[in-house]
Amino acid sequence: MTTTTPPAGPVPLLSAAELKVTFPGRRGAASARAVDGVDLDIGTGEIVALVGESGCGKTTLARALLGLVPPTRGRVTFAREPLGYGARALKAYRKRVQLVLQDPSGSLNPRHTVYDAVAEGLRIHAHPGDERAAVAEALSRAGLRPPERYFARYPHELSGGQRQRVVIAGALVLEPELIVADEPVASLDASVRGEILALLLSLRDELGLSALVVTHDLGLAWNIADRVAVMYLGRIVETGPVEEVLTAPQHPYTRALLSVLPESGEEPVVLMGEPPDPSRIPDGCRFHARCQVLASGEAARAGVDERCRTDSPPVLTGGAATQVACHWATAG
Amino acid sequence: MKRAPRASGVVEAAGARGAPGLLEIRDLRVTYGSGASAVPAVRGVDLAVGPGQKLGIAGESGCGKSTLALALLRLLPSSARLSGEILLDGEDVLTMKWGRLRAVRWAGASIVFQGAMHSLNAVHRIGDQIAEPVLLHRRATPAAGRARAAELLEQVGLPAARADAYPHELSGGQRQRVMIAMALACDPRLIVADEPTTALDVMIQAQILRLIERLVAEQDIGLLMISHDLAVLADTCDRLAVMYAGRIVEEGPARAVYDAAEHPYGRALSAAFPRIGDPASRRAPRGLPGDPPDPAALPSGCTFHPRCPVALDVCEREDQPLREAGPGRSAACVRVGAAVPAGEQPR
Ligand SMILES: Nc1ncnc2c1ncn2[C@@H]1O[C@H](COP(=O)(O)OP(=O)(O)OP(=O)(O)O)[C@@H](O)[C@H]1O
Ligand SMILES: Nc1ncnc2c1ncn2[C@@H]1O[C@H](COP(=O)(O)OP(=O)(O)O)[C@@H](O)[C@H]1O
Ligand code: SF4
Ligand code: SF4
Ligand SMILES: [Mg+2]
Ligand SMILES: [Mg+2]
Repeated sequence: MTTTTPPAGPVPLLSAAELKVTFPGRRGAASARAVDGVDLDIGTGEIVALVGESGCGKTTLARALLGLVPPTRGRVTFAREPLGYGARALKAYRKRVQLVLQDPSGSLNPRHTVYDAVAEGLRIHAHPGDERAAVAEALSRAGLRPPERYFARYPHELSGGQRQRVVIAGALVLEPELIVADEPVASLDASVRGEILALLLSLRDELGLSALVVTHDLGLAWNIADRVAVMYLGRIVETGPVEEVLTAPQHPYTRALLSVLPESGEEPVVLMGEPPDPSRIPDGCRFHARCQVLASGEAARAGVDERCRTDSPPVLTGGAATQVACHWATAG
Repeated sequence: MKRAPRASGVVEAAGARGAPGLLEIRDLRVTYGSGASAVPAVRGVDLAVGPGQKLGIAGESGCGKSTLALALLRLLPSSARLSGEILLDGEDVLTMKWGRLRAVRWAGASIVFQGAMHSLNAVHRIGDQIAEPVLLHRRATPAAGRARAAELLEQVGLPAARADAYPHELSGGQRQRVMIAMALACDPRLIVADEPTTALDVMIQAQILRLIERLVAEQDIGLLMISHDLAVLADTCDRLAVMYAGRIVEEGPARAVYDAAEHPYGRALSAAFPRIGDPASRRAPRGLPGDPPDPAALPSGCTFHPRCPVALDVCEREDQPLREAGPGRSAACVRVGAAVPAGEQPR
């Protein structure tokens, strides 16, 4: 409540257009369309949350935005320039856009001290300035103060929350313009989680840092994001300002996700079955086999059931406006 | 699906002392190691669960939740020393003979472990793994074992044909269902679920929680569910116990504890969960500053005092027992129930 939504600039800092990432199937199996046509913009100083079920393609999209996986189709643009995939271009890019992983996934080397962990990026990029000062600055920005106290410590000597702060300091030390954080707090206790999210928010407020936060936690989006993009089976199916999407969801999938939260007060719509398979994307609306609105006959009453089964809703544009890819939601 | 009530002498013994009687924990203490390096992980816990009741235990990482769960069936490493009483249908697990304990581990109470879905044996079909306890403890024939495995798979919402699958062919959510099927194999009276949904995403978590709720209601099982996710526990359980540094610091009806905790730690924990739609938590993530206490070097007095936003001078000196905090509720805080001691600043 202390800040207001910064207006998304006319030119986004990072932008994906018609992005597709397809993984070839093994031994003649159908290929997996993990990212299947995505437009997504992130403005300067904006925090965008990318949410969706496990396996829906969030990490693959994030990796494509970072240049870690080349898109099969479409393009990524950063600061008006199309992303180059040569070694030199990528190295320069990764100084400006940093990936923050969750520490339990092994992003900290147990044999490296905190100092070395944070200094690593500076060394890779042959930082010309005072290394010690830069490390100290990054640690204090990440909330580890006084920084010198942490220099010589090893990961096992830190709590889970402190380790996550070291990971964030490692990303901050190169003074990036944007960070991509993949499930930054998923394995942390609620009390620590709040502290780390507050840190991400203050980095935006103080440094104007942009962020894409990948998560399946809608509460996280409510806590820190300006905008949310809901992903289902390789596509963004609903996007818009957090207040609108999370308090007045339009897409049946977003509605289902919100309804199963312990806090939701409404009848939970528990989607049965497993997360869907990107090597077998259904015709028509990709959500139609699980859609509660279609199953209940509501889509038929609105006269869109035929289109649900045969027409794919259009790809949403990447911008800030509230949009939904659903025949029923847009019929009214 | 509802089972006939089980004829059992021990049920009466427990019933004789009054409800709830399925599980009663009295002054349980667990210490790992000894001497200067002793770690008191559980420091005097009293809890009770009746048939069909669902008790949630919440608390930060390291507060002793899993130790408590493992103690219930004496599954702790040999370095752990236990004292107190753990009465399962009136019978003390801590003094049981080894043979009796083995029987109780499946039919009396069974555990779904934290991260258990990774502990399935990779080279055995899941049907065989589910049937194993039935063959061992029920002396069932292989055919009866297979039939039981098929029945259990359907109870947890998996087609019986999946019995032939190997663990790697299943998703995380499906593996967790298999673990629940296994825990149900010998018709336990009590299920202990340690973080049953922590690594799963929201939709799968909802599926598993609904499944557990349905099974508990249909079969009149007692449930002890452990999680650091207070919101999940408040939604699933009848009662909620908040644990801090090896002790229960607050206990009461789940909703009441979640919505209006009496203990400052319970309040901080609850405030850390965002309420979507609530303007107060919009762009205002809240945590609890400071690190959880080191159980080998606990703070004096109230162990929460170094992090407590409303601590008084007395908190540093005096340990606080659980005391009544409204109907059916208790909390271990000097500010609860009693008048603030003379010379201290009131709230
Ligand atoms: N085998 C052991 N030897 C020594 N100390 C132990 C052992 N197992 C656990 N502990 C300590 O006992 C305390 C309680 O551990 P426990 O695993 O019960 O916590 P928890 O609440 O389940 O945490 P988490 O949520 O991380 O699983 C911790 O301080 C832990 O480090
Ligand atoms: N290297 C790969 N080869 C084949 N399939 C992959 C690969 N990486 C991801 N996938 C598939 O793409 C889909 C999306 O994966 P991912 O982006 O990791 O999802 P999320 O991060 O949302 O959990 C999944 O079905 C996954 O199995
Ligand atoms: S387009 Fe039809 S099937 Fe798809 S989400 Fe909307 S109502 Fe459901
Ligand atoms: S006893 Fe004192 S320190 Fe402990 S929770 Fe209550 S007010 Fe805080
Ligand atoms: Mg992922
Ligand atoms: Mg545990």
